[in-house]
Parts: sequence; C-alpha cells; structure tokens
Amino acid sequence: MTPILETQELCYTYGVETPFEKKAVQNVSIKIEQGDFIGVIGHTGSGKSTLIQMLNGLIRPTSGKVLLAGKDIWEEPKKIRAVRFRVGMVFQYPEDQLFEETVLKDIQFGPRNMKLTENEIEQRARDAAKFVGLPDELLDKSPFELSGGEKRRVAIAGVIAMDPDVLILDEPTAGLDPAGRDVLLSEIVSYHKIRGNTVLLVSHSMEDVARVADRVLVMNASHMQMFDHTAEVFAHDKELESIGLQVPQVTKIMAELKSRGYPVETCLTVEQAVAQLLPLIKKGGDRV
Amino acid sequence: MEFIKAENVRFSYDEPDEEQPDKPVHEVLKGIDLSIERGEFVALLGHNGSGKSTMAKMFNAMLTPTSGKVLVDGMDTADETHTFDIRRQVGMVQQNPDNQLVASIVEEDVAFGPENLGIAPAEIRRRVDEALKVVDMYEYRTHAPYKLSGGQKQRIAIAGILAMETACIVLDEPTAMLDPRGRAEVMDTIQKLNREKGITIILITHYMDEAVQAGRVIVMDSGTILTQGTPRDVFAQVELLKTHKLDVPQATELAFRLHSAGCGLPNCVLTIPECVDALELLLTKKGAAQ
Amino acid sequence: MTRDIALGQYFPGKSPVHRLDPRVKLVLTIAFIVYIFVANNFWGLGFLALVTLGIMVVSSVPVKMYFKSMKGILFIVLFTSVLNLFYGSGKVLVQIGFMQITDDGIRNAIFIAVRIVCLILFSSILTFTTSPTELTDAMERLMSPLKVLHVKVHEISMMMTIALRFVPTLLEETDKIMAAQKARGADMESGGLMQRIKSLIPVLIPLFVSSFRRAYELAMAMECRCYHGGEGRTKMKVLHMEAMDYAVLVFGGAVLVVILLLNHFVPAVI
Repeated sequence: MTPILETQELCYTYGVETPFEKKAVQNVSIKIEQGDFIGVIGHTGSGKSTLIQMLNGLIRPTSGKVLLAGKDIWEEPKKIRAVRFRVGMVFQYPEDQLFEETVLKDIQFGPRNMKLTENEIEQRARDAAKFVGLPDELLDKSPFELSGGEKRRVAIAGVIAMDPDVLILDEPTAGLDPAGRDVLLSEIVSYHKIRGNTVLLVSHSMEDVARVADRVLVMNASHMQMFDHTAEVFAHDKELESIGLQVPQVTKIMAELKSRGYPVETCLTVEQAVAQLLPLIKKGGDRV
Repeated sequence: MEFIKAENVRFSYDEPDEEQPDKPVHEVLKGIDLSIERGEFVALLGHNGSGKSTMAKMFNAMLTPTSGKVLVDGMDTADETHTFDIRRQVGMVQQNPDNQLVASIVEEDVAFGPENLGIAPAEIRRRVDEALKVVDMYEYRTHAPYKLSGGQKQRIAIAGILAMETACIVLDEPTAMLDPRGRAEVMDTIQKLNREKGITIILITHYMDEAVQAGRVIVMDSGTILTQGTPRDVFAQVELLKTHKLDVPQATELAFRLHSAGCGLPNCVLTIPECVDALELLLTKKGAAQ
Repeated sequence: MTRDIALGQYFPGKSPVHRLDPRVKLVLTIAFIVYIFVANNFWGLGFLALVTLGIMVVSSVPVKMYFKSMKGILFIVLFTSVLNLFYGSGKVLVQIGFMQITDDGIRNAIFIAVRIVCLILFSSILTFTTSPTELTDAMERLMSPLKVLHVKVHEISMMMTIALRFVPTLLEETDKIMAAQKARGADMESGGLMQRIKSLIPVLIPLFVSSFRRAYELAMAMECRCYHGGEGRTKMKVLHMEAMDYAVLVFGGAVLVVILLLNHFVPAVI
C-alpha cells in the first residue's frame, strides 16, 4: 500500500546563499502509513517545526520531495492549497488565530475556503465541535469570551472541520493544566480512532507521547535520529538522554530495574509498570 | 520571621450588584489564610481557575482583597501609601516572557526597575551586571531580547527583579510557555536565588515536578487552600490531588498504586532514584524471604 | 521574510561612532538630512556621500548590514529615479511615444537616487550604532525644554522605547498568524485589491487582539517594577558631552559651510 505521507531526502536551508544560511532539516526520509499515530519529539531548534511545515506545503523544501498518497505535493505549485486541506496543521497556541464573530463561524473558515456547500460547511463544523467536546451553547458565542482551554478546542476544531487525511498538531496541550491536558489528549485519541486517519503529534511531554503514539520520530540537530515503534524508541533511554531528551519517568524506573538485573520489560505507562511489577513482587524478585 | 501574611482574604472581580443584593457574587478567593516566612521557597499549586494567580497578585498589591487583609513586612497592601514600598520588597515574574521586557537591549531592560527606584547610575550599573551574572546571562547583556530563547528571556525578567534587590520574588507560572530545556534553566535559577541569595520564592505552578523542589507546597482549589505541607506530605495524598484535577509525578503514582495494591512500599516517593531503590529493596527482601 | 528587515536594528560595538553622545548623533543626523536637500549640485552631494562613506567605515558595522538596509528601500529609489528620468528639459536622448528622456532627466535621476541612498545610509548609521534606549533617551533630553509647554516628554519617549521593542515581536507574530490561516486554506496571494484586503482580516483581527493582551500584560509588568512615570527616575547610562562630542559638532558645522560654498561657486543642477 502506498504510504499516505512520504518524504524523500527532504532538506530545508534558511537564507540560502546569504551569510545567515542555516540548515534546518537535512535528508529526512520517512514513510507514514494511513492510520498511524506518530509522536514527533526533539528540542526547540531540532528542525521539527520546519519539517512539519514542509509536510503540508507551508514551506517549500530546498531539495527532496514530499509525497502525499504517492504524489509530489509540489508537482503543481498552484494547487498547494488543496494539499493544506488534506494535511491539516494545528500550530502551537492555535487560539491566537481566532478571528470570527462566533465560534461556529470560526470553525467554518477552513471548510468555507474549501468551497463546500453551505450544508456541508455547517455539518462539518458541528461534527468537529463535537469531536473536541465543545457544547452547542458555545457555538454562537464570540470566541474571545471563552476560557483558554475552550479557545484551544475551537482552534483545533477549525482544522478538524476540513476533514484532513493527516492531522498535525504542534504542542496542542502547551500551557494547559494537567486536567485540561488529559481531556484534550483523550479527545485527540478518540478522534483518531473514530476517523481512522493519520495523526502527527509534536510534543515536549514524553509522558504524553508514550501514552498515545504508535511510532515516534526523533529529530536532533536537523537530522532524523530515530523513527520506530514507541517502545523501541524509549528503550534507547541513554541515546535519548545524550541528545538532551528525557524518557517518561516510569520508563526510566523500569529501565533502571532492568539494568540492575530484574526481569522487566520497557514500560510506557504507569499501568504497564504496575502490571509487570505486581506479579514480580508477589512471587519475590528473583534476579536473572 | 513572618514576611507575608494573608488573613481571611476574599476576592471577587465583580462588584456586588446593588439592585440585586441577593445575587451571589462569584468569589475567586474564599477566605485564604496563610503566612510566609523570610527565605522560604513556597510552591502554590492548583489547576487553571483555582485562584492561584489571583492570590499571587495579592502579594505585591497588584490586587487588594475585597475583604480580609494582606500584610507584607507589616505593611497593609490595601494602604496605597505603601504600594511602592511593597513592590520594592516583592517582585513579580509573569508567564509570557515576551510581554514583560520593556527595552530592546538586555542590560537596559534589567536596568528598568532600578531606574524607576531612582537609584544612582553607578549603583544601577553594578546591580545590573551582578543580576545578569546570577542568572547566567551576562554575556548576552548587549543582545536584543527577541532573538533569545524563552528560557533566556525569562531569566532576564528574573534579573530585572533581582536588580531591584527585592526580598521576595513571586513567579506566576514562569515555565508554562517554555520547552523542557527552558524550564530546567528557569528552575535552576530559582533554586539558586533561594539557596544562595536567601530570596523568598513564591512559585505559582501546575507542574508537580517543579512543586517538588519547594520547601513547602500549598494546594489551592476553587479559591480555598486544599492542603499544605512539605512536598512529601502533600504528594502522599495522591487521591486527593487527582480528584482536584491535579497530577502527581509518575514515580509517585507508581509507588502509590503498588502501595494501594498491598505491596510494602512507602506511600510517598518523589523522585526516580527513590522509587527505584524502594522497588529494589522490596524485590530483594521478598526474594530473601523465600 | 518580514524578520529580515534591517532598518532600526542596533549593532552593539565600541567604535568612535558608537561612543558618541546619542544627542549629538541625533542632531547631526537631522542636520545631514537637511544638508542633503540643501546641496544643489553634484559636488556638494558627492562631498556628503564621501562623508557618509567615511563615517560608515569608522562605525565598524559590517558593510553587508548597510546593503541589507538598502534592500527594502531599493524599490523606492528605482521608482523615484525612473520617474525623474522623464522630467526636465534639455537635449532629447530617447523618445518613447510621447515620453522623452533628456540628458537633464538622466542627471536628475542619478541625483535623486544618490540623495535617497545617502539619506538611508545616514539614518542607518544612527540606528546601527545607537541602541533604541539611547535614542529615545536622547530625544527625551533634547525635547525636555518642551516640558515648560506641558508636553509629556517622558511619556513620548517611553512610548517610543516600547514601540521599538515590540516591532520585531509583532512581525514574528504576523508571520505566525499568516501561516496558521494559510494552513486553514486562507488565500492571500490571488484576487483583486478588495479581495486581498478582505483576506487580511483573518490576520489583522488576531493581531489586534494579541496586541491588546500584550499591552495589558506589559503595563502590569511595568507597574510591578515600580514604574510611576518620569518623576524621580534615574538612568543607568547618563549622557554627558565630551571633547570628542564637541569636536564632532564642530565638524558637522564645517560640513555645512563646505556645502554652502559649493552651492555658491558651482552652478546648481536643479
């Protein structure tokens, strides 16, 4: 099957042939399958923002290709807008982009740009609002009256309403409190399950990535460091630490126990760790 | 010595409705009592809307209680003749690093506070240099703030308060908009100020791993103090925290779950090494008992 | 990108130009701008261009920075000089339909181009070698006699400081919001003028909203830092004139004399 999104030797350099030339992304080749949930991690400045903006055609690569369902997105530069509808992008602090009089109108902005019928626009906006848990009574309010968490949901709904094949979210939970973060994350997970589309989640929170992602892409110093199943990536705790990234606390604890000779496997969540440790403690920790 | 004291502080952003005196006013703070000693490092923890940021603004007279009293070094914050003196004692750093820097050059921004205090130029120079050295930004003194990272900007904001030589710094979610590296930089700086300079720190946060670093944790929920004590005492109450939309570090949660399942684990561990050691002790003890 | 705008950027350094009293620099910049328009022939203008180049060298700001500051203005320079090409009488060199290019026109075009370039370069020297705070400080001090007339001199200079500080922040934010709206399919590149203006609404409204929030937060931060207007305020960097500053002022006066002499003894161009 053709991957939904593929990059071939993707490179981007800022300010080519000026004294300020800076390589932001170098030789990234990845294949993302339909329905994948991918976590993207890396430092600020590792190139991950530039990379994701190339995936939906906001930045044109200096060299290399982005293939959407097997087709080079820059084959017809005039039609790049159509690519942006299929690869939806939610930026960091997306609530800063709200501008319409009502929440509903703001969510409709994307679908309206797609030139859908009025009925479809309405339907998609309402569906999207449901996915992010926005109650109907909020839809006629001004987005500027809402709380921070609600605004964030409106902005995400605005992208979901375009019904993209690939949804990219850059730090969707930044600045939210723990409860807000958990709720939003589980909404994204259930959206992914119901729609069956592809999601890329950029996050600084290893705990969040470990909990929701099937595969993890690690960016470091403009290169792709790793791209593998979540458990595989977080099993490399030493390598991640060497590039200044952490692994989730619980993964670290289990890795430490393993290195001290206890028969435990890589864990990504507290639940997994409890499930492994309980029987072990009950029968006594025989070292291997 | 008691430095800051809050007595039954109530606060509401709305004015009571004169036509409908019975209509309940939404209170953000509902009778807060607390006192903070000189040199303490206190973390004020709570979810969004718990009233923690409103409380923070009480400490330097940015807000004054609707009823009740806040005393800073014996001065009532409601007395406007003291406002200036209170802000000389209690500085504040806010969440968004971009929106609190005034000048286009780092050192000139740090000088802004002391300049307002009317300090002599040579002394300002000395304070600015020293403050920038403390936050480890001296080499950036002639840079433009907008080119720096979030963590660096936040450290400059801290230097700006340091140069005023306040006895206390209130930080209102200073790391909420930073990446992990920036968060670590800012937390290290805060620790240093408290330990080496003896500056009283009041840290408003919703990150548990930051609260763990404080000497005392005060948990707020819907305008009241839910619980307070050392990080160990507070984080032992995992269930209480969870029901109030708060989170505990994974190490703490793991130990708590195993403890609840009847394993002989201490019910409160705070850090990864602590957790690993406790688990190992448990595993080897059981192994030996067999 | 909008971020590349070099105009109004400070380049920290220790050159003699950097160390001059900002008041002197400000006064001389204004004086030079006047000189540029006083000079009415190539000799005077050439002399000014030479002086400008000399100061540029002494300023030790990389030449590429000056080029960068010219880049944004290039269009205006070309536009005005092309416009001037078609004015003026004299010997007709080229005839395009009803328009004609004369030797006077060419001379005018070059003259105007050199004028604008000098203007930009000279103001760039000021902004490259003077920090925004120094600049607003100088303004505050120079305008302080106006206090008698109840002009809020301190407030004006504080406003300028803040405006200068937030220009790059707002430009960055504009980039960000534009990208976000493009990601939602906003089309800002096609359509007629009205449509283009309309397509800016999704960028301008969020920008206004965030600017208000920033203003509110900044005001709070300033209050927290004991800001209470200009009363009783001191400055870390005190301005005081030294021998060098007086010498430079005298030099500025001498340049004027040279220009006037050249104007008088060499025939004017326009």
